[in-house]
Amino acid sequence: MDLVFDNAGFLLRGAYYTLLITLLSMFFGLLIGLAVALMRLRGPWPLRALARGYVSVIRGTPALVQIVIVYYGLVDYGITLGPITAAVIALSINVGAFLSETFRGAIQAVPKGQLEAAYASGMTTWQAMRRIILPQAARIALPPMGNTFVGMLKETSLVSVITVTELLRSAQLLIAQYYVNMPFYIGIAVMYWVMSTAFTTLLHAMERRLARAY
Amino acid sequence: MIEARELVKQFGSQRVLDGVGLKVEEGEIVVLLGPSGSGKSTLLRCLNGLETMSSGSVEVAGVAVDAGMKPREREARFRSIRQRTGMVFQQFNLYPHKTALGNVTEALRVVRGMAAAEADRIGERLLARVGLSDKRDAYPSRLSGGQQQRVAIARALATEPSVLLFDEPTSALDPELVGEVLAVMRELAREGMTMVVVTHEMKFAREAASRVVFLDGGRIVEEAAPAAFFAAPRSERAQRFIRQLQGER
Repeated sequence: MDLVFDNAGFLLRGAYYTLLITLLSMFFGLLIGLAVALMRLRGPWPLRALARGYVSVIRGTPALVQIVIVYYGLVDYGITLGPITAAVIALSINVGAFLSETFRGAIQAVPKGQLEAAYASGMTTWQAMRRIILPQAARIALPPMGNTFVGMLKETSLVSVITVTELLRSAQLLIAQYYVNMPFYIGIAVMYWVMSTAFTTLLHAMERRLARAY
Repeated sequence: MIEARELVKQFGSQRVLDGVGLKVEEGEIVVLLGPSGSGKSTLLRCLNGLETMSSGSVEVAGVAVDAGMKPREREARFRSIRQRTGMVFQQFNLYPHKTALGNVTEALRVVRGMAAAEADRIGERLLARVGLSDKRDAYPSRLSGGQQQRVAIARALATEPSVLLFDEPTSALDPELVGEVLAVMRELAREGMTMVVVTHEMKFAREAASRVVFLDGGRIVEEAAPAAFFAAPRSERAQRFIRQLQGER
């Protein structure tokens, strides 16, 4: 176990990349998810079809395959991305599809009368969405979004295959150097667990805050 | 103030409105009566475009919309109609994430682009008018049904509409809360507000309406002053309708 503590700095650096990729992918995933949800609900039919196709393809293929396509596959077309950039792009696209489903459900869960009241007061669709529908949908979407977020944190371990030295790969590198497995794997498992728990706690606090608001 | 011509609303094969013409003068209080499914709520909702008319035309507060217009043009015109009208719903439809004051000021802020302080001043005045000054910071979930509907009326009044549309405003209320909402509506009537009201409150219709319009099967069957309508309805369907209502008592 001493080996783990001796190399804590290296592992923490891995944890930093795990966190960085999670936060960036989640941020862009949120934007994609919201845009796709609105496209599917209110867009003209070509956009609707496009959005539906996107969600179907992403949900129907393994994240690992999506990651290698972005990193290795695009090279064939002369697009060479850095490993971290490729990781963030692939995971954003991936999580965006899942979040768009969450958002779509949440927007549809807001009673129809809310949109009618907003329209009746003279608002445009965009004003009604921004001021009336989305704030209420956010509250509905928060718990499932939290699950996606924690899932994302763990899914980042997949990008170790494209040479991003996140938490899993930093453990693998140390294992290759010292020829012992278990302590490093246990060590990173604990680190993943700590990060997941911290996120979960944070999300619960946010849910409580939102629940109190009205 | 309002004129609907040859209004038809078709849901699939069913004609909910079958060629309705309605005229409402400024300051009039028109009560729409009729059995459920007669099309009275649909007629009301066609006036501000919450329901898309299949054919015909409406003119409200000087803005004319024809069913034949392009969707974009129609939508734009209905938006300007909505900015000149207020609507009160059966289920209140208050914004649950906003306080009573926030509900009243929302359209002023968002649609009119008014500054917060000015909107709040107007909002507070309107809440006082419906007797709810002390609830200004309360969220709808903390208010009784009657209080919620009064806030909704204040909200509908915020943009100084020329017409108020009421869609069964007391139907979702417990009986003991109906009175406070009707009192606010009577007060508005006294002040000369133009109102179109879908309701089952016969007492309100009798005492406050300038005219009663009776619908059945998507058509206007009878139109009369309330005294005449209730004392001696001409059509057989209206007679039956009134008998049934009295039988319930």
